[in-house]
Amino acid sequence: MFKHLKQLTSLFAMIAVLFAFTTEAMAKKSKTLKNTQKKGFVRCGVSQGLPGFSNADASGNWTGIDVDVCRAVAAAVLGDANKVKFTPLSAKERFTALTSGEIDVLARNTTWTLSRDADIGLTFVGVNFYDGQGFMVRKSSGITSVDQFKNGISACTNIGTTTELNMRDFFNSRGISYEPVAFEKADEVVAAYDAGRCDTYTTDKSGLAAQRTKMKNPDEHIVLPETISKEPLGPVVRQGDAVWEDIVRWSLNTMIEAEEYGITSSNADSMKTSDNPQIKRLVGAEGEMGAAFGLDNEWNLRIIKQVGNYGESYKRNIADTGILPDRGPNQLWTKGGILYVPPAR
Amino acid sequence: MNNKIKRILPQLLTILFVVFVFGFFTINAQVNMDNRGIDFGFGFLSQEASFDMQFTLLDYDGQDSYLWAYVVALLNTLLVSFLGIIFCTILGVIIGIARLSQNFLIKNSAAWYVEFFRNIPLLLQIFFWYYAALRALPLPENAQPWFGVTYMTIKGYYIPSMIWENLNVFISCLIAAIVAIIFIRIYAKKIQEKEGKQLPVLYMSLALITILPLLSFLMGGVTLDFEIPVLKQLAQTSFIYEGGVALPPELIALVLALSLYTSTFVAECVRAGIQGISKGQKEAAASVGLTPNQILKLVIMPQALRIIIPPTTNQYLNLTKNSSLAAAIAYPDLVLVFAGTALMQTGKAIEIVGITMLTYLSISLAIAALMNWYNKRIEIKEK
Repeated sequence: MFKHLKQLTSLFAMIAVLFAFTTEAMAKKSKTLKNTQKKGFVRCGVSQGLPGFSNADASGNWTGIDVDVCRAVAAAVLGDANKVKFTPLSAKERFTALTSGEIDVLARNTTWTLSRDADIGLTFVGVNFYDGQGFMVRKSSGITSVDQFKNGISACTNIGTTTELNMRDFFNSRGISYEPVAFEKADEVVAAYDAGRCDTYTTDKSGLAAQRTKMKNPDEHIVLPETISKEPLGPVVRQGDAVWEDIVRWSLNTMIEAEEYGITSSNADSMKTSDNPQIKRLVGAEGEMGAAFGLDNEWNLRIIKQVGNYGESYKRNIADTGILPDRGPNQLWTKGGILYVPPAR
Repeated sequence: MNNKIKRILPQLLTILFVVFVFGFFTINAQVNMDNRGIDFGFGFLSQEASFDMQFTLLDYDGQDSYLWAYVVALLNTLLVSFLGIIFCTILGVIIGIARLSQNFLIKNSAAWYVEFFRNIPLLLQIFFWYYAALRALPLPENAQPWFGVTYMTIKGYYIPSMIWENLNVFISCLIAAIVAIIFIRIYAKKIQEKEGKQLPVLYMSLALITILPLLSFLMGGVTLDFEIPVLKQLAQTSFIYEGGVALPPELIALVLALSLYTSTFVAECVRAGIQGISKGQKEAAASVGLTPNQILKLVIMPQALRIIIPPTTNQYLNLTKNSSLAAAIAYPDLVLVFAGTALMQTGKAIEIVGITMLTYLSISLAIAALMNWYNKRIEIKEK
C-alpha cells in the first residue's frame, strides 16, 4: 500500500503544478507591466536582421528604429534603455510569439492592416515608418519601370507577409502571369534573387534598400520607382492590456513629439526650464504624465535622454547607414511629411 | 477485495490522469484564447486565400478558398513523397544488391555511398542541392539543350509538354492491356498448377502493353504532339523558356535530396533482407535444378521481402514526413503554404497546426496500411 501512496503523492504533486500554471494563465487582469518590472527586462520581438530596422552586429548589439521603440519602452518602464531582451522572429512566427506571450512588444517592420488588427488578437499602437512595396531588379536587365514587366516573370519574396498578397493584386490587375517564389527567411530570398533564380525581388521599399546592401554587388541592382501599396509599419502589442498598449504607444509618440519640439538626447535636461509648457510636459517637468500608466513623472525624459527623439533615431539607423537618406513621408508634418502624433498632455 | 482494488486503482488513476491532461490543455487553450480575443473555428477555410502558389498540380488561383489551397498544397506534398519513394526504392535496391557484389569496386563504392549520404543531415543535403548544386546551373539564355529539347537552368528544368488528342482512347487501351495481363497471369498460374506447364507470361505481357496502345495510335485516332520550350526574352538580361513544362528547381532539389538520403536506408534494408536468407536455401534450390534467375525469383526474394518490407515501410514514412523540410527552400508544400502562409494570413494557429498534424498522421497511416497489406500478402502461409 505504501508503494501506491508514493505514486499517489507524486501524481498529486504533478496535478498541483499543472493547476499552478492554469491559475496563472487564467488570471483575467493583464499584468504585462508588472511582469516586465519583475523580470527586469522588456521582451521584444524583432526581425532576423534587417539593417536600419532591427539588426544585430557581430557582438550581438541590436540597432535600428524598431529596436529603438523597444529601448524607449525599456527606458520608460525600467529606467534603462539597455534592459531589453530581443527575440529574432521570422514573418511567420511573429504574431504567434506575441499572442502566446513569448514577447510583449513586437517591433518587427510589421504592416498595420485591418485583418491583423481585428482578427488575430493583436493591437497596433502606431506607425514608426511609412513604407510602400516596391520591386528590385538587376540593372543589366534594362528594366526601369514596372510597366516593362512581361508574362512569365519570376518574383522572389517572403511568405506570410502582406507582400505576397500585394504582389498578386499588382500582377493580376495588370494581367501579367508570374511565378511567385516565396521563402521563409529574408536571407534566403536575397540569396535566391542574387543567384538569378528570380527576375525581381519584391518587398517593402525600405527593406529593398536595406537588403540591397547585403547583395554580392549592390551597384548591380536598382529599386524601381513605383510603389504598389501602402505599408504603415508599426509596433504591435497583445490585445487585452490597455495600460501596456498605452505605454508602448506613448513611448513612440514621445519620440516623435520630442523631435517636433526640438528636444534631443543632449538638450533634454536643459529643456526642463523651458518656457513652453508642452516641452516641460515632455520632459517630465510639468503635469503628472506618467501617473495614468503607473509610471513616475520622468519616464518620457528618460526615453529622450537614452534613446533620443525620432529624428535622431532615423538619422542614426537609416540615414547615416545609407539605406534611405531621404526621409520622404517619414518627416514631421511641420516639415512636409506625414508624421503627426496626438499631443502629450 | 484488497486485490481487486490493487488491480483497478492504477488503471483508474491512469485514465483520470489522461483525461485530466487533455482537459487541462483544452481548457488552458480556451481560456487563453478568450483572454486574447482569438476566436476558434474553421470558418476561415471557405474564405478567399488571396495568395498565389508557384507550382500546383491542379488549377489554383488566389481567388480560391483556403480549403482549396490546402488541397493543392497537400497534392504537392504527396507528389514529392511519391517521387521520393519511387526513386529511393529503385536506387536503394540497386545499391543494396551492389553492396553484396563480389566485385571489389562495386561493393566498396556502394558502401561509401551509403556511409556518405546517410551520415549528413538531410536539411544540409537539401540546402546543398538547392543552394550549391542547382545554383551552378546556367541562366536560361546560356543553357545547352539536353537530349536536344530539354533545358536545365537555374530557373528550373524545362521539358516538352505532350499535347494529346483522344487521350481517353489511349488510356482505355492501356487499362484494357493491364486487365488482360492480370487475367493472363491468373490463367498461367492455373495452367501451371494443373499441368505443370509454364506460359511465357513476361513476353506476352510486354507484347500486350506495347501493341494495344500502339493500335490506338494507328486506328483509334490518337495523336501525340510535343510542345518544345522556346527561349523568350523578358528584358535585356532576363530570359525564360515558354511552352512545355517547367519543373521548378525547388522540386528537383527536394526530390534529389530526399531520395538520395532515404535510398541509403532502403539499401541497408535490402542487404539485410538478402543476407538474412541462409546459404542452404540457395544451395538446395540449385540442387533441385532451378536456374539462378529462378532461385532469386522463387526462393530468395519471397523470403527476403518478408525481412525487407517492415523496415522499408518506416523509411517511406520518414521520407514523407521529411518532405516537410520543403519549407526551407520555397517548395510550396503543405507546411510552407498551409502551416506557413495560410497560418500567417488567418492567425488560426491552433486550427491550422492541428489540421496539418492530422494530415501527416493520415498520410503516414495510409502508407503503413498499404505496406502492411503487402506484407501480409507475402508472409509465409503456414499450411
